[in-house]
Amino acid sequence: MGPQLATAQPDPGFSRLDEITVENAGRLVPAWSFRTGTPGAHATAPLIAGDTLFVLTPFPHTLFALDLTRPGAAVKWRYMPPPDRTADGLTCCDAATGGLAASGDRLYLNTLDGHTISLDAAGGQVVWDARPAHPQTGETLAAAPLVAGNRIIIGSAGDDAGPRGWLAALDAATGRQDWKVFDTGPDAEVGIGEGFRPLYDPPQARDRGVSTWPPAAWQQGGGGLSGAPVADPALGLVFYQTGHPAPWNPDQRPGENRWTSGIFARDAASGAARWFDPINPHDLYAMGASGGLLPTPDGRLVHPDANGFLYVLDPATGKMLSATRFLPVNAARGIDLASAVPIREDRYVTVQDRTVRDICPAWPAGSNAQAAYSPATGLLYIPAATLCMDMAARSASYIAGTPFGGADVRVKPAPGGEEGALIAWDIAAGRAAWTVPERFPLRGGALATAGSVVFYGTLDGLLKAVDARTGRGLWQFQATAGIVGRPATFRAPDGHQYVAVLAGAGGLTGTASAKEIDVRDATAARGFANALRTLPPPQDRSGTLFVFRLP
Amino acid sequence: MRARHLLLAACAFLVACQREQRDLRTDPPVAEALGQVAVMPGGIGGRPAAIDRALGHPYQTNAYQLNQGKRLWDWFNCSGCHAAGGGASGPALTDGSWRYGPDMVSIFVSIRDGRPNGMPAFRGKLTDEQILQLSGYVQAMGAETASTAAPSRNDTMQARASENRAPAAAAFPKQVSR
Repeated sequence: MGPQLATAQPDPGFSRLDEITVENAGRLVPAWSFRTGTPGAHATAPLIAGDTLFVLTPFPHTLFALDLTRPGAAVKWRYMPPPDRTADGLTCCDAATGGLAASGDRLYLNTLDGHTISLDAAGGQVVWDARPAHPQTGETLAAAPLVAGNRIIIGSAGDDAGPRGWLAALDAATGRQDWKVFDTGPDAEVGIGEGFRPLYDPPQARDRGVSTWPPAAWQQGGGGLSGAPVADPALGLVFYQTGHPAPWNPDQRPGENRWTSGIFARDAASGAARWFDPINPHDLYAMGASGGLLPTPDGRLVHPDANGFLYVLDPATGKMLSATRFLPVNAARGIDLASAVPIREDRYVTVQDRTVRDICPAWPAGSNAQAAYSPATGLLYIPAATLCMDMAARSASYIAGTPFGGADVRVKPAPGGEEGALIAWDIAAGRAAWTVPERFPLRGGALATAGSVVFYGTLDGLLKAVDARTGRGLWQFQATAGIVGRPATFRAPDGHQYVAVLAGAGGLTGTASAKEIDVRDATAARGFANALRTLPPPQDRSGTLFVFRLP
Repeated sequence: MRARHLLLAACAFLVACQREQRDLRTDPPVAEALGQVAVMPGGIGGRPAAIDRALGHPYQTNAYQLNQGKRLWDWFNCSGCHAAGGGASGPALTDGSWRYGPDMVSIFVSIRDGRPNGMPAFRGKLTDEQILQLSGYVQAMGAETASTAAPSRNDTMQARASENRAPAAAAFPKQVSR
């Protein structure tokens, strides 16, 4: 039994509110709504701090502060950071959306075009504005910043264009950079020193971030942040998932490609590396190590990976305690716990200039949707994509600011025909307690409440409430656009529990944002177009916040 | 007599077989003149280079030039943003909707100088002639009429109806995201 995990921020996937229960959830009614006027994938969940609800729209961002004490939640203030439109062309189909965090009377905002901005939560005035990431090189800012003590921890995304991934800490008061470490390259730049105790790398080896790559390939090796980092103040550590190596074409980067597609634990004060678990070394399918990191009350770190296996880790040492299949998988026979790596199935190993068919899972599986852990039921609720893919790797050239890809991909449903599922996973038993199949892949996160209700949204715009113990459908609401963000619940100043969700998924391909996608091309939107051909267009291209309450 | 007929038939046959001309090496003065397009002040539309007209618009009609464009499409990472024309982080090019104009000069300028929302400039990375080869290929992607000069099937994964079947693709209902 590991030490008790105490996370720095409350888990947004679980709420202790219990006014809405299995018995009364069926009577939920809309309370009010707010149209953002912005098209595109609204992937950032509404954030509630005190009497204010914050809504962050996709790029070019607008941040709205809605006053919950006034009827219909009038707009208190809005903030529009001046956008660098270059960033618009850099994101496609994954979760690099910027993000928002609140701490005390401050808000911390990551914008897609590389700014981290601190705002006064009461009035929306800018306290400081830093620009740690540069879209010209393909970098964007991933997910929400993590507030860890007096530091703001942020990381770069943009693996598809090849910039070296990094994690940095900014001073919360001034925005000045405290430390910055990279995910590829020599040990000094990766933050590897005396305190690094990897369980799955040779202990004496030096500069693995260079030697596991072809000469100089680590310089355009990707490996940015994949999803939001998680802090454990008791251990003084920050955990995060590194993104996939660049290019996609694996034949161009023989070697294990450290430290991409794995899980890093670092010292929150200095950024120094503590341990590293290779989840998908020499990543064949551009999975990264995405899927989320969830601390559980019994002192474990749970990671449902895009590769279809659910990992249970010891947060203090990184020891892999178990790895169990939770999605349809044929690309790996299992996980070798001694070396922590997947046992690959030869016939699904990609070869340059050849189309390898029916690889399961496909790259987008679980890459965006955040799972929720409920201490009340002990179950992990995973909004999953059950997809397979055909992939043809081809030679890619590195041109700064353009995608460093080298793969044509067609995504399709896994055998059985359904493209998604909400999986309630019993971690202790290592099996699904129940599963709700879904027609389309789930791209928004799940929310579990103490009232034993799980809320989640679908790409065709349904917000659903199911019984957390059985998966039985309790209630659903048809929103005006697809849902790719996590629902949120809060107690309003009137003392009642409300549920809020942002609808807004952009075009036909869901998280491919407001891009103009022609679905006749099966490889459009990294192959997503092929899986989402039957997705109906949204009723409203704009995003809308819907808020519900009991009558 | 019979031999003479055979000879005549053979001559007629060979004449019919004349291949389209492929300029594997462009004359330097021609290459120099190819970039001399006159662009309208807004950056969309304009007059093609005089030499392109004088040569009979080879970058739109010559199968070799169009096929070179298709090769450059993958080599210069166009497919990274625009997939096989259906779009990803960049917009679709097969849907008949052009943000910055459908004519050769507009497409040429889009590739050479870049466009505001993330389209990088390829000036200095490609020659003017290569940009014209790409422009011709990009235009063929979104064409409304068939061109037998346009390239056919991919060598690897088939993503969509091939470029020389563009009207066949147009027969499908248009499903464009906006």
